[in-house]
Amino acid sequence: MSGSSNIVAMKKVVQQLRFEANINRVKVSQAAAELQQFCIQNALQDPLLTGVSSSTNPFRTQKVCSFL
Amino acid sequence: MGEMEQLRKEAESLKDEITAARKAVQDLTLQDHVAGTAVVGRVQLKTRKTLRGHLSKIYAVHWGDSKLCVSASQDGKLIVWDSYTTNKVHAIPLKSSWVMTCAYAPSGNMVACGGLDNMCSIYNLKGKDGNVKVMRELAAHTGYLSCCRFLNDNEIITSSGDCTCVLWDIETGSQKTVFAGHLGDCMSLGVAPDFNTFISGACDFTAKLWDIRDGQCRQTFGGHESDINAIGFFPNGNAVITGSDDASCKLYDLRSDQELITYQDSGIMCGVTSLAPSLSGRLILAGYDDFNCNIWDSLKAERVGVLSGHDNRVSCIGVTPDGMACCTGSWDSFLKIWN
Repeated sequence: MSGSSNIVAMKKVVQQLRFEANINRVKVSQAAAELQQFCIQNALQDPLLTGVSSSTNPFRTQKVCSFL
Repeated sequence: MGEMEQLRKEAESLKDEITAARKAVQDLTLQDHVAGTAVVGRVQLKTRKTLRGHLSKIYAVHWGDSKLCVSASQDGKLIVWDSYTTNKVHAIPLKSSWVMTCAYAPSGNMVACGGLDNMCSIYNLKGKDGNVKVMRELAAHTGYLSCCRFLNDNEIITSSGDCTCVLWDIETGSQKTVFAGHLGDCMSLGVAPDFNTFISGACDFTAKLWDIRDGQCRQTFGGHESDINAIGFFPNGNAVITGSDDASCKLYDLRSDQELITYQDSGIMCGVTSLAPSLSGRLILAGYDDFNCNIWDSLKAERVGVLSGHDNRVSCIGVTPDGMACCTGSWDSFLKIWN
């Protein structure tokens, strides 16, 4: 009967919401601090942020200089 | 009061409880916290390589390591590229040309793809005779395959237009776990850096965090006003970034269980198709329907750069594991490597 399968589905929805309601939540101030900290700590190792010199850029074809 | 009515009331009350619990930990906003931080300087990336070879729209690209990537096009081909030389390492003809996604296994041994055929096909790149052949066809989804990601050489997770995600055993071709709960087509998925969880974005405007081993949906994030097309983890695994048809991207923090920031601009009115964070997470590169890719300062929510160069929609984007470059794929049939 479609009525009872709707009830089964709705019970699952309620069960899931109950699970999600009960999780532990950390304060936003702490979460924000950690996100920022991660960005700062890794900034110097982030090539798209710092830029890549042509000598270390694997996507730049090397031009060879020679003294004539 | 009937049982159904009672359950509906309980659901509404639980939703209110979640909203209140999220507010209760909102002692500060991310904007407040980073108020003293400067916006990063203008980011100007140049196209270093253009990968030419596809004959039709490119729908997906995925890096295997920091040199090799695989792309999928509706010309019915998967191409594995050496991005340093632009050489095609493999050009794999597909049974079905209606491909929507592709993935490279972390080991480099396999690639996978799928689309309107509702299947995920696994290809072995390291076969004995050197030919690339279909190793397995994972069939069970009743809707299109929108995304797939390998956990290892024997497990892959797929997302589908049938509103579910599935964890497969590649050897046996069977479904290990079905992740059901979304109320709309699942469009994209991302695996956590520690491989314990994954996130899915769907046409029900929500993103869900799932435990891979026990199949439980742990958290659900709303707020978008249209389909979520793209999703990815912030590099430390503690936050999720989504891109939507509502023209915005959002960052949701997992530990405080809420949206912390929205990346939007009144001048941007088209949908986000794809996104990828830079290595440190400070930059978010997002592809849009208007042929551009915008670069956002993830903490300050300001646009700090644009990648323009494609002549059609940017459909996919990916940053190399070593963070050295990003690759954009477009409906104009080209892939571009930028840094």
